[in-house]
Amino acid sequence: MVAAAAIAPPAIGSASAPVIEIEDVTRVYHLGDVDVHALRGVSLRVERGESIAIMGTSGSGKSTLMNLIGCLDRPTSGTYRLAGKDVSRLSASELARVRGERIGFVFQNFNLLARTSAVENVELPLLYAGVGGHERRTRAIAALEQVGLGSRLDHTPNQLSGGQQQRVAIARALVSRPEIVLADEPTGNLDSRTSVEVMAMMQALVAKGITVVLVTHEPDIAQYAARVLTLKDGKVVSDTRHEPVRAVLEPEVAS
Amino acid sequence: MSPWATIKVAIKALLRNKLRSLLTVLGIVIGVAAVIAMVAIGQGARNRVKGVFEAMGTNLLVVSPASQNTGGVRGGGGTASTLTFSDIDFIRNEASAVRWVAPQLQTKVQAAGDDQNWNTQVTGTTPAYFQIRSWATTSGQLFDDAADAGGAKVAVVGNTIVQQLYGGADPVGQTVRLGNVPFTIVGVLAVKGQSPMGQDYDDVIIIPSRTFRAKLQGGLGNFLRGSIYVSAVSADATALAERQVTEVLRAHHKLKDDEEDDFRVRNLAEFAEAQSQSTDTITTLLAAIAAVSLLVGGIGVMNIMLVSVVERTREIGIRMAVGARPIDLMVQFLAEALVLAALGGLIGLGVGALAASTLATKFGWAVVFPSDVAALAVLVSGGIGVTFGLYPAVKASRLDPITALRFEA
Repeated sequence: MVAAAAIAPPAIGSASAPVIEIEDVTRVYHLGDVDVHALRGVSLRVERGESIAIMGTSGSGKSTLMNLIGCLDRPTSGTYRLAGKDVSRLSASELARVRGERIGFVFQNFNLLARTSAVENVELPLLYAGVGGHERRTRAIAALEQVGLGSRLDHTPNQLSGGQQQRVAIARALVSRPEIVLADEPTGNLDSRTSVEVMAMMQALVAKGITVVLVTHEPDIAQYAARVLTLKDGKVVSDTRHEPVRAVLEPEVAS
Repeated sequence: MSPWATIKVAIKALLRNKLRSLLTVLGIVIGVAAVIAMVAIGQGARNRVKGVFEAMGTNLLVVSPASQNTGGVRGGGGTASTLTFSDIDFIRNEASAVRWVAPQLQTKVQAAGDDQNWNTQVTGTTPAYFQIRSWATTSGQLFDDAADAGGAKVAVVGNTIVQQLYGGADPVGQTVRLGNVPFTIVGVLAVKGQSPMGQDYDDVIIIPSRTFRAKLQGGLGNFLRGSIYVSAVSADATALAERQVTEVLRAHHKLKDDEEDDFRVRNLAEFAEAQSQSTDTITTLLAAIAAVSLLVGGIGVMNIMLVSVVERTREIGIRMAVGARPIDLMVQFLAEALVLAALGGLIGLGVGALAASTLATKFGWAVVFPSDVAALAVLVSGGIGVTFGLYPAVKASRLDPITALRFEA
């Protein structure tokens, strides 16, 4: 691996509200007669431009927390303020709007639309945000160029490698200019070299002031984030800050 | 999203699964095509029936003498000599719902041209007869009232006569001998074809009624040995005209209230109307049966949309994650169903029109493309798309994004 180099956190006025402000949140699922307590009172503040990894074994509640942060779900109790706005009691439609405007998702299995070109995949969030056709296309192309896929606009997912697919997904997450990028095991289906590539892109987002929330069970990946939150049985067991490892590709033999 | 963007997304989604979309559309295509073809055939049949009756005459009433009763021996219909030429004037002057009145005297004669002869029907009448039977000339002209009053020896002939006596050459100005009397041909009638019973409407020679009585019936007596053709002012007025004619004739024939009519009035317009109605009923019946197949097509759309929602659960999850609201997904799936059904409707329209014209050619009647029914069929198929697409669309919109994203197809 490469020597770590500090990335200065972006200077954001302390007056502005934290991007994520979760207070004593619980989430209970009712499975038949059994109540499953996935989260048992979690509090978390994440400032703008932070990178945080959420770790934990399966069943620790990290996926539930990610779904809440991503506005895919609502807490059973407690509050969640996203950029100062309470989103814990919004309707499904309102949550969809918040997702479209403020959150970009990157998934382990990429979740691109099959048989749909890269540029159309990237346009998708803008389509639902009501951005006009011409601007949509321009912004989607710009986002794909940003992730180095400017020459593969018309490729469909099955014509792209795993790493390229994940880059399309990152472009899709970026295109709506979100405040948070939520990455759920983004390197889970990638080899180590491509994983570093993807993490380098994540760090580039952080450098631009985007808050990156990384959900992973791999300590290797978690160390690319400046803060690591560990969950166990629905509770936070540790919350540490450290110098993130910088994702730099080892120079390859000229190919 | 704008409606156009929604439709575009729907079309793209459908194109991703071309074969399945095509098969789904097929049900609607067959349904709409069946409705269009059935209605077109029905209307074609109706027009043919109407055409047949119009060839007989417009808004036609036929007055004929009743049967003769001589010492208990009753003759058949039309055997009594009760109608007179004065009756024609009475009807013309006193029955307000009547537009044209003309006598029709007929006999079979041997007609001879230059080198051919032909046994045919000769009709003696007045020029009003041409109006009643909507008869025009293709060559020469019809004779006028002056010719009738003067007993001119002129004749207007039908196409069959032209073929049989003159080998198809224009006979205007030629002489045709009816019995032993020479007549000058002044006009040729437009082709009318055949009656429903196969009678040839074009096998006819028409001469002035006065000439007919003097030269072929041998006398100018006032009794009318034939029938009176009456045309009402409009199709709606035929019943009124029938009543008026009956009243006028009863009054002038001095019939007492308890005496039966000594004549008979037949309302052909009413008969034609009844015929039209019966074809209409059959058309409606056929269309209703065809509509059932349209319904089945609609159920096919619902079926496929339901499968599609399940199969595309992951896609629905992705769309929700990037900001699609439940209503957006509902609209999208509705739009897909609508596009499928409307497309099916349009294709069905083409197929139906094609089927209708093929069948029309086969049956030998004019193609009728029912544009109102066509518009309705496409609207209905669109409506079917929305109706049957609604349940799958609602199902799609109610999916939970988290579950949908984790769904493994």
